[in-house]
Amino acid sequence: MARFYGQDLGSALMLGTALYPSPAIMADAFRASGAGVATVSLRRENGASRAGQDFWSLVSNMGVPVLPNTAGCHTVKEAVTTAQMAREVFDTPWVKLEVIGHTDTLQPDVFGLVEAAKILCAEGFKVFPYTTEDLIVAERLLGAGCEVLMPWGAPIGSGLGLTNIQGLRTMRAQFPDVPMVIDAGIGLPSHAAQAMEMGFDAVLLNTAVARAGDPVAMARAFGKAVEAGRAAYLADPMEPSDMASPSTPLIGKAFLE
Amino acid sequence: MKIILNGEQRDVETATLSGVLDQLGFGTAKVATALNGNFVPASARSETFLTEGDRLEVVAPMQGG
Repeated sequence: MARFYGQDLGSALMLGTALYPSPAIMADAFRASGAGVATVSLRRENGASRAGQDFWSLVSNMGVPVLPNTAGCHTVKEAVTTAQMAREVFDTPWVKLEVIGHTDTLQPDVFGLVEAAKILCAEGFKVFPYTTEDLIVAERLLGAGCEVLMPWGAPIGSGLGLTNIQGLRTMRAQFPDVPMVIDAGIGLPSHAAQAMEMGFDAVLLNTAVARAGDPVAMARAFGKAVEAGRAAYLADPMEPSDMASPSTPLIGKAFLE
Repeated sequence: MKIILNGEQRDVETATLSGVLDQLGFGTAKVATALNGNFVPASARSETFLTEGDRLEVVAPMQGG
């Protein structure tokens, strides 16, 4: 079972709440996927329309724990203030910490990330840092007080899957006891299953479901993929080999020449 | 008194943050606030005073990935 900061999740699928064709389809997608976490954000509220209030009542009725993000923050100060506001609004110390360093790739600014993580961990936040597969940065994040790491699979919204499998494999092996989530870049259920087969504890995705032709069906597919991948990891997969090895026994084969 | 609310200039009549939120229609809405870039917890709104030109951010839950 996926466990982060002492909390067990019903599923290792963490699903975003953005970009769906409608709020009703979003809610149906969550039901179909059985997602264990819903990621949410904060944006400017208008006193007249109060759009955020309707969204919140929809999400809180889904009965899934929320993980607020600091998406779009480019500085430590912005990310820290956003996290502080999110803790109050969503009433949770969990935060998906994003400090974005590059506009085109949305690559995390890992220096700002470590700095923000230090501040937030000291303030009692349970930080889920959106990072790269860099091992030294991972060490610094753990040193800052993070008890979870969230390396990217590929750039946010790209759907490319795991673009640096070797790097992610090394990271998983280097920190065997740290809960890890592959966040971003997942495009297909097979990518999610692959991450789970490699021993990652969860996957976080949004666009792959929300932008599918049928988001609800795709959400269901991701739920199954994550479950299958985890089961396969626990079943201890066979070692690959460069040479063929017959699976059908040769003993007792009829002599037909 | 003129302040900048979420990037737009607004006229407000009261000086406390809680009074300003009431006047702007937020009432009991689930929002968080930052004044001049610094978080102001809900518990401190009634003792937080705004001055001319202050930048107030009022945010609420929104879709996110």
